[in-house]
Amino acid sequence: MYKIGVIGDKQSVQGFKAVGLDVFDCHTREDAKSTLQRIAEEDYAIIYITENFYDEMKETIYQYNEQRLPAIIPIPGMKGSMGIGLRNIKKAVEKAVGADILFNED
Amino acid sequence: MARLNVNPTRMVLTTLKNRLRVAVKGHKMLKDKRDELMKQFLELARVNKALREQVEKQLRDAYSNFVIASAVMSSEVMEEALMYPKQGVSIDVGKKNVMSVDVPVFDFKTTTDDTANIYPYGFANTSAELDNAIENLSNIFPELLKLAAVEKEVQLLAAEIEKTRRRVNALEYIMIPKFEETIKYIQMKLDENERGNQVRLMKVKDMMLEEAIVEKQERTKNAIDGFRQNK
Repeated sequence: MYKIGVIGDKQSVQGFKAVGLDVFDCHTREDAKSTLQRIAEEDYAIIYITENFYDEMKETIYQYNEQRLPAIIPIPGMKGSMGIGLRNIKKAVEKAVGADILFNED
Repeated sequence: MARLNVNPTRMVLTTLKNRLRVAVKGHKMLKDKRDELMKQFLELARVNKALREQVEKQLRDAYSNFVIASAVMSSEVMEEALMYPKQGVSIDVGKKNVMSVDVPVFDFKTTTDDTANIYPYGFANTSAELDNAIENLSNIFPELLKLAAVEKEVQLLAAEIEKTRRRVNALEYIMIPKFEETIKYIQMKLDENERGNQVRLMKVKDMMLEEAIVEKQERTKNAIDGFRQNK
């Protein structure tokens, strides 16, 4: 049985608590980083991170990218989408194909 | 293209021919794998893109509900209302094998007594906006989960494609040409040796023949001389 975690600033993530996810509200980047490292070792299958933190700790997150679990997924924070999720898909396509062939319309 | 540093012998030639055969076969299979992975990956990436756009839009709506809720209520009351969740979520992680890539499949279960009432608070102190916000969020949740699964799969597939592509290229542009070059080199070397041997044999034969002729001539000459003296 696995759990789902949410990391982000308090305002953005408090709602997820009501839905039943485990919420870790963090104030600083270091805080978020250590939280991520800690819960990635536990049985969390999915960890959602708000984009403002995601952007700041890319290196830590990329370590987990090629592992099966956990799946670390950026979600937009209260301040709106920064486009990181879409950029990630774009990057994955570039990595796989060698060129961006999905997003050339924009 | 550089060739391998090996001795040009028949034994090495046989081993190399075997290795070339394996490499060619492996190259073909890896290429097939790469093509199939690519096909599935592109499909999935499109799904991922659409899903992400949709989820981000929905989340934006949910957030705006929360903003309204927090404007109506004081933050202490809101925090208190959300402090103890009524609903728990746990997920099962299954396995899916996509072209030998181990991809997780998420299947979630909510642990709640009453699915209609997921609100972890009494209605007296909270505003209706908060109810809206939470309902919105719990509606998004399945999509959010799907997004996580798809996005993870995309990441894993991308990594696998990159690896496979690198292998295909290494085989196609380095290993196979190298083997071919080396095999050619050994074959030429062996042929050259063969020719050298042939020439040497011919030469020896010539020399032996010459010796034999000289000897024969001498013997004939001796015989003639003896015959003349006896006369």
